[in-house]
Amino acid sequence: MADIRIIDYKAGNAPSVMHAVDHLGCEAAFARTAGDLSGASHIILPGVGSARATMKSLAQMGMTEALTEAVLRKKTLFLGICVGMQILFEHSEEGNTHCLGWLAGKVVKFDAAKVRVPQMGWNRVWFAENVFGKVPDDCFYFVNSYHAKPKDRADIWGTASYGAEFTAAIHRDNIYATQFHVEKSGEAGLGLLKRFLDLRTGGQ
Amino acid sequence: MLTKRLIACFDIIGGRVTKAVKFEDNIDVAPADELADTMYKDRIDELVFYDITASSERRQIDIETVKRVAKRVFIPFTVGGGIKNLDDMYEALKAGAEKISVDSMAVRNPQIIADGAKAFGSQCVVLSTQVKRVGVSEQIPSGFEVFIDGARVATGMDALEWIKRGAGLGAGEVCVNSIDNDGTLSGYDLELMKLAEAAVSVPLIASGGAGTPEHLKALFKETEAQAAIISSMLYSPRMPKNYTVRELKKYLADNGVPVRHA
Repeated sequence: MADIRIIDYKAGNAPSVMHAVDHLGCEAAFARTAGDLSGASHIILPGVGSARATMKSLAQMGMTEALTEAVLRKKTLFLGICVGMQILFEHSEEGNTHCLGWLAGKVVKFDAAKVRVPQMGWNRVWFAENVFGKVPDDCFYFVNSYHAKPKDRADIWGTASYGAEFTAAIHRDNIYATQFHVEKSGEAGLGLLKRFLDLRTGGQ
Repeated sequence: MLTKRLIACFDIIGGRVTKAVKFEDNIDVAPADELADTMYKDRIDELVFYDITASSERRQIDIETVKRVAKRVFIPFTVGGGIKNLDDMYEALKAGAEKISVDSMAVRNPQIIADGAKAFGSQCVVLSTQVKRVGVSEQIPSGFEVFIDGARVATGMDALEWIKRGAGLGAGEVCVNSIDNDGTLSGYDLELMKLAEAAVSVPLIASGGAGTPEHLKALFKETEAQAAIISSMLYSPRMPKNYTVRELKKYLADNGVPVRHA
């Protein structure tokens, strides 16, 4: 039985993620303290707002350590969304923020001389094969001014193009993350979310 | 490649979608959550709800309707009307809205744009504005003036100056509605949209006048607008023909406009 926790901080869009999980027929609980993460089989970190604000919120909830423990050592299945993906890297240009550093690499801003910033709308994502097999390439909903540049290309699960190619999704062991909003990407997003919720063990 | 967005716009009274012509004479169409669900299944890209009587009735936005919609549609949606402060914004976001639209309130208190962007991020704040052709003057150098309060009250503000200022304050998108073209079904005001798109670097949503698929094609081919507001052509009972979203997207794709799910 999956035990799903959605990390809820004030600036995030945890309620939208909860609606999507509900719609898929799964039960989830909001996590607002470190203790709320114990026993979780799946942890979702939604993201809206800035990298700095998200890091600060996690610290204020006393959750940074517990989250790292659960994901890196206990190998709990983890899904980061939008800023929830960006803060997995070492550093973000946004507010010159020191991030979690679970994955090697940094987060940089789109080139405003080439494209409108923020990127806002539906963009096509190409997926590499992984534990899910081949996820069909489809359009997903993005809202972002910054994007991740993983040091290890093996971490890149999906790519999209906005002025130039950028990383749209990440997968490494039990860690999954999408720059797009799975909870707002229609049936394609719900399908991807369901694949994640159907996973039973991390570390594969 | 980022696709062009079609946004269905709903004017809400008492939880139901209504349809007006030139801001008057509203007729009832359907419950908001039902029509939202229909549009979602037809693959609309985004929705926007205006609680059109919230401001004049001096009440908060209809949160129950927002919640009902959020449980049924899994695409971004924006709400506007009756937003006065950060608490109102937070309530609407918490209920499941992705973005907040500010219009007359932002003209009265531009700081709400900056405060909203700082609290929730620029991507949550859409500056929506009602624009009318008034002729070029010293006060209105572009010839396009901002109107507020249901497009009834002139502000003396130049529309292009206003959207530039709004984007500078932190609005993540700008929605420009042509009062002259609204409800006429004669097409978007392409001249206005070209000027607006050149004035700001954030995405532009064009509004007012869509009546046929050709109007959408003209907008996306001739301007850099990223998104189009459509309403009557989708669901107004007054129209001789309503189009499905799929029909519109097929037409746009066949004409070289990048769209999701053609």
